[in-house]
Amino acid sequence: MSADPMFIAAAIAVLLALSMAVARVILGPTVFDRVLAGNSIGTLAILLLAIVGFLTGRPEWLDIALTYGLLNLIGTLAVLKFFRHGDLAYDATEEPGP
Amino acid sequence: MADHFDIHQLVSVFSWVSILLGSFFVLVGALGLVRMPDMFTRMHAASITDTVGAGFLILGMIGQAGATLITVKLVFILLLIAITSPVASHALAQAALYKGLEPFLSDDRRERSLSAPPATASPATAAPATAAPGTAAPGTANNGNGEAAAPSASTADNGRARS
Repeated sequence: MSADPMFIAAAIAVLLALSMAVARVILGPTVFDRVLAGNSIGTLAILLLAIVGFLTGRPEWLDIALTYGLLNLIGTLAVLKFFRHGDLAYDATEEPGP
Repeated sequence: MADHFDIHQLVSVFSWVSILLGSFFVLVGALGLVRMPDMFTRMHAASITDTVGAGFLILGMIGQAGATLITVKLVFILLLIAITSPVASHALAQAALYKGLEPFLSDDRRERSLSAPPATASPATAAPATAAPGTAAPGTANNGNGEAAAPSASTADNGRARS
């Protein structure tokens, strides 16, 4: 990891993008805007974890990034299911879909 | 020795350019997430971050890591993002349409998605009058839906508009 400045630039770019996504979470008119921005925050956090792993020279951060990605998908789907049906234990076979 | 050094330098330059491109596209996606006028157009901007930004960044990191276990983990992260991002976007669009969020440019999609099955009516019966002048006005901001600015062409292409 001899040439660190490019990773620092990438980390700054990802941090700026994270701040914009947080602004959309705060400003979002509907709950779906907030969920979308939350999902985007998850992706950006994965990228930031990978970049920090390269900056510190410790590749263990990539494992944390993988785990964060899995949890991000589960969290997003759970929140969307709750706001769509009002219930996490909704049975899709009870009524015809939209 | 000199040849090996040249190849190493080439890979390094390629990975740095890739990381710069990834940073640029991440910033573009986040800017679109803030600036776009609608939830569905914001989904387009967020997908830029998920596909091009993450792809270029991880490609550049692979070029920096070389053939190690780090590359394997980075490929796994790239596959994870490439699989889970469309799933989350699909669920988000379905939930938003189900809860009645209307897209910015057309007023047909909610009715079409909620009640009507994919209609097989002839496209000739699709009235181009469904597009009000108000919907045709923001013609410069329709990048998210990918539709043409002309409302008649839009409804004729779909063939599912209310008749």
